[in-house]
Amino acid sequence: MMKGNEAIGEAAIRAGCRFYFGYPITPQNELLEYMARKLPEVGGCFLQSESELAGASMLYGAAAAGKRVMTSSSSPGISLMQETVSYLASAELPAVIVNISRGSPGLGRITPAQSDYNQATKGGGHGDYNILVFAPASVQEMMDLTMLAYELSDQYRIPAMILGDGIVGQMMESVVLPEPVETIPEKSWAACGCQGRERNLVISAPFTDEDLIDLNRRLQEKYRVIIEREQRAEMIHTEDAEFIFVAFGIVSRLAHSVVDSLREKGCKVGMIRPQTLWPFPDDAFNRIPRAKGVLVVEMNEGQMLIDVRLALNGRVPVRHYGRGGGWVPSPDSIEAEMLKLMEEVEKNAVSL
Amino acid sequence: MQLVFNKPESLTVNPFTYCPGCSHGIAHRLVGEVIDEMQLREKIVGVSTIGCSVRCWRNFDFDIVQGAHGRGMAVATGLKRALPDQVIFTYQGDGDLAAIGMGETIHAAVRGEAITVVFINNAVFGATGGQLAPTTLPGQWTSTYPKGRDVSWTGSPINMSEILAGLPATTYIAREALTTPKNVLRAKKYMRKAFEAQTLHGGFGLVELLGSCPVNLKLKPVEALNWVEKNMIPQYPLGEFKDTGKEAAS
Repeated sequence: MMKGNEAIGEAAIRAGCRFYFGYPITPQNELLEYMARKLPEVGGCFLQSESELAGASMLYGAAAAGKRVMTSSSSPGISLMQETVSYLASAELPAVIVNISRGSPGLGRITPAQSDYNQATKGGGHGDYNILVFAPASVQEMMDLTMLAYELSDQYRIPAMILGDGIVGQMMESVVLPEPVETIPEKSWAACGCQGRERNLVISAPFTDEDLIDLNRRLQEKYRVIIEREQRAEMIHTEDAEFIFVAFGIVSRLAHSVVDSLREKGCKVGMIRPQTLWPFPDDAFNRIPRAKGVLVVEMNEGQMLIDVRLALNGRVPVRHYGRGGGWVPSPDSIEAEMLKLMEEVEKNAVSL
Repeated sequence: MQLVFNKPESLTVNPFTYCPGCSHGIAHRLVGEVIDEMQLREKIVGVSTIGCSVRCWRNFDFDIVQGAHGRGMAVATGLKRALPDQVIFTYQGDGDLAAIGMGETIHAAVRGEAITVVFINNAVFGATGGQLAPTTLPGQWTSTYPKGRDVSWTGSPINMSEILAGLPATTYIAREALTTPKNVLRAKKYMRKAFEAQTLHGGFGLVELLGSCPVNLKLKPVEALNWVEKNMIPQYPLGEFKDTGKEAAS
């Protein structure tokens, strides 16, 4: 049995992360404290920073040295870190950032929410860039997606985010521990002293206007490859489903229980559960041949909704059920929303 | 023919892109000479920060990481913790180190990070065109306070070396002015000791270099150096403020 926040820390260590920098904020402190306890035991470095700004820059420094690194925070702290996230993207540095998000905007409250979807999936900081965003829905997935985040972050030299919420961070579930990573790929680009080679530069701003345009082209090229290869989604009964939920993270667990109960009542419902929010699993929406209606359930005011609409491009009516500010829907209310959509579609009373 | 003067190996052949009379050129050369003499070129990682020297990687011929504005010492902290056997230094101006980066600066010094800081204080934001810096002198013209710095409105100049020397975990802190050949030679000696604070004593070393920014002071290069001597040195006295390595040795 492990707590979600601690599972991320254990997976990071098993993935070879030896450097953690961070600043306390609820509801993710268990991760900070787990790293404080465990990293010294494996010869790693835990350092509590004076702010999220500094912690993110420490992360940037250790990432530039070629190490596997982690920082974590919650919504307001993640906003402060966006400065560095943009730098990580432009300097093409791998790093894993965890956001156990809370009800916002502003300070908000520590109640669980999914209101940081847009910030996470549309770059978050300034500039034309994206980062990998993973949405675990269980403690096991906290581990598995953290392991994957390190692998892909290194492979593509791109920052990666684990986007959770207060429930998935705080809940305890049994887990199968992933095998520790034996070898971490060599990073020939790292700035670690130029003995025996030409110097390495880890820089965010090229010298000329043309070089900066080239950097942007190269980043977009990389993003295209990632969009093509790295979309991940769990498909539940989608092959014959006429009505489909789309939900990520903790709320997908609730929606899944509604899928099961509606199936028992003979309704052909299913669910697409994005595991990567960026790249968004657009392809999954091409594999719902019988779909007549889609209900997006999220703990925000309609953020993933936009990506779902773009993926469907008007082919299927889309409805949204969600609130921001720390609201968690009950399975009954989710079921009621779906029944309402089904009725509207059957009556042809629905518009796109 | 005997070669008596050459470019340090730690500098590239790229020309400096600084304005005429700017002190960055001298400071860069000193960094290059000290790193060559200490034979650190292959084990050093420099951190460049935001301001006129943001592209010092064009001129320094060793590994460089470019950090965000003010975060130089936090980036250096991450590098040093990841590479404890390598030598890490930051090259920062007064806007970077003492305005936006004050938190990172103080806390790196509080922790006694084993890093070296080359701090260029020219009393103005240079790259952005001459705005008020925390180090701007009382009455000094800036583009944001064209009537001169009014200390009742913007506060008084901040003396970073004295503040950092007062923190228990720092090892070596000194200030020199890049105004005369004699001062430049002493600045080089101090810079070497700031690196040795890291390499010999595993501590935090900083050398503050008073420099001139003739373009933003609207002075000719020589007048700007005279301005530094006449106006900056009284506010920012020269000398070694802390040398615990020396104290430990004696």
